[in-house]
Amino acid sequence: MNPRSLLRKLALAAVPVGLAVAAWVPLQAQTTAQTNAPKPPAQASVVERGRYLAQAGDCIACHTVPGAKIFSGNRAMPTPFGTLYAPNITPDRATGIGSWSADDFYNMMHTGRSPKGYLLYPAMPFASYTRVTRADSDAIFAYLRSVPPVRQASREHDLRFPYNNRSLLLGWRTLYFQEGEYQPDRSKSAEWNRGAYLVQGLGHCAMCHTPINALGGSSQEKAFQGGLIPMQNWYAPSLTSNREAGLGNWALQDIVDLLQKGVSNRGTVYGPMAEVTFNSLQFMNDDVHAMAVYLKSLPADQGPESDPGQAPLRADVGQAYTEGSRIYAARCATCHGAEGRGKLPHYPPLARNQSIGMSSAVNPIRMVLNGGYPPGTRRNPMPYGMPPFAQDLNDNEIASVVTFIRTAWGNRGAPVTAREVNQLRSATVE
Amino acid sequence: MKIILGIIGFGSTLLAGSAHAQATAADRIPDTMEARIQACTGCHGAQGRGVENVYFPRLAGKPAGYLYNQLVAFRDGRRKYVPMNYLLAYLPDAYLMRMAEHFASLNPPPLVQPKVARSPDQVRAGQRIVTQGIAAKKIPACVTCHGTELGGREPGIPGLLGLRADYVSAQLGAWRFGVRTALAPDCMQFIASSLSEPEVAAVSAYLASLPVTAARPVRQPGLRLPLACGSQPQQGGQP
Repeated sequence: MNPRSLLRKLALAAVPVGLAVAAWVPLQAQTTAQTNAPKPPAQASVVERGRYLAQAGDCIACHTVPGAKIFSGNRAMPTPFGTLYAPNITPDRATGIGSWSADDFYNMMHTGRSPKGYLLYPAMPFASYTRVTRADSDAIFAYLRSVPPVRQASREHDLRFPYNNRSLLLGWRTLYFQEGEYQPDRSKSAEWNRGAYLVQGLGHCAMCHTPINALGGSSQEKAFQGGLIPMQNWYAPSLTSNREAGLGNWALQDIVDLLQKGVSNRGTVYGPMAEVTFNSLQFMNDDVHAMAVYLKSLPADQGPESDPGQAPLRADVGQAYTEGSRIYAARCATCHGAEGRGKLPHYPPLARNQSIGMSSAVNPIRMVLNGGYPPGTRRNPMPYGMPPFAQDLNDNEIASVVTFIRTAWGNRGAPVTAREVNQLRSATVE
Repeated sequence: MKIILGIIGFGSTLLAGSAHAQATAADRIPDTMEARIQACTGCHGAQGRGVENVYFPRLAGKPAGYLYNQLVAFRDGRRKYVPMNYLLAYLPDAYLMRMAEHFASLNPPPLVQPKVARSPDQVRAGQRIVTQGIAAKKIPACVTCHGTELGGREPGIPGLLGLRADYVSAQLGAWRFGVRTALAPDCMQFIASSLSEPEVAAVSAYLASLPVTAARPVRQPGLRLPLACGSQPQQGGQP
């Protein structure tokens, strides 16, 4: 009870402070950044706010190996260019960031340059963190200074030529990096601006939900249009299309539940998004509502269900559909219902579930192969799980049942082939 | 528990007002562990009884501490098996403990397994190791820790009955190569990496040849183990 109410207070406190800073103080923040007055020890309240903001930024996801000491670094991040290792960010002077100043930290967040002057690889989401205000950056830094120092050298990145040459990052930055703190849109509400600040900044949602091109860049024009997450074999749906994860026609409470509780009446988080809810969003209170307000307002590139050209030809899928409906009745209907309505909120609906009918079939195939538990969260500490079917159903059977689910009950997904299933099976099960 | 009931109640309230579906009695999900662990029983069998597939072991009746340690090890990647690592990735400790206690409390009749023909020499060699250990390699007898009847020991040591040879052999191999690890000090890592291939095969064959009895984990607080094991905390100092 206590931590929860404390967090609620913090969240309430964070909203006006963050907005006030974003709205009125950017110039002042830049000038104070240059002063070198001796720093008093960080106040407990600042450290607490920093802890909350670090959770909002999900720093732990990359900077902590599961089960290891917090922020001791070295979690491997496989990329198409090689493997990166997130560094130790504990306050150890020799191996962590113990010798950094708050200015160093802000400059790193804001410009993507380390205090020694080298360019950071964009696996560190500085293209998003550049939106973070100086005050929030300082609070996060104060919190990072408060965790136990761990002496552990950060592993060298293991990148292929030519990506191991950091000077190439200059080109990448020219194309994809736009430096600058979040600028509020005065035509929108304070809550919308708070949501936009978090989604575009600390939340670094664009890292997955904006398509990544061959250079590992995500362009502004395609912001939040969705894309396959490199190396993870998950598709991050578009947040702007109501055919995908566009939230235009969702109730605000369903968006809040999805993000914060992990389950909702419209769908459940899974894959990499489950990690975001587990590490980050479950601990945020009113801020999740603000994010929901902003996400719901993102422009829809298409009206809902307005894509008949993409609808499958029934004749081509007739056999798979029949076979799939048989498998569905035997294996899936107990929980998801004969009509795909689910049992809310724990067994998600499949009928008219955007996640099922998206142009990429990667996610529904993987759900059937791997099953899954929604994350265990404060609001849903003992989630209900779905069994994996990889060991039970062959590629043809899974292709059939996914084809059925993607085309039944008014869903308009394209059929799925056994070959697609096989590729994901070998990539994600063995 | 009140919190859970509250959440479900809240969900149903929204549902009632939702245009998408009308709640009926059939739509209600039982607020039980049994309903929550359906993701497990698809592979491990109803009530965690075990299944035909050698690699999906029986969970029922194993000590809760042992099951909990395995769940945490899978979640954190200390024990590597991709489907389990994936399934448990975002589940909190308290819930994993509830799952462990649930399966520990069950005792469905064991699965009847087909007879496998084995070399009598190999089975005898395995019996020697299981009951006497290998003094020259400082390997204690399996029964010292896993119980005279091999039914396991509370709170953290599993029973070894009903496991098939391929599974036991795969686990010892995984320990040897660091794919399966237990809490430090990892006594089984020492044992598995000290055993030769033929010794592993003999132990596996002997264990698999034993009938599954009603043996349950023994409770013997204060017993000193021959090796220090992180998953079985010792009272009164380490040996």
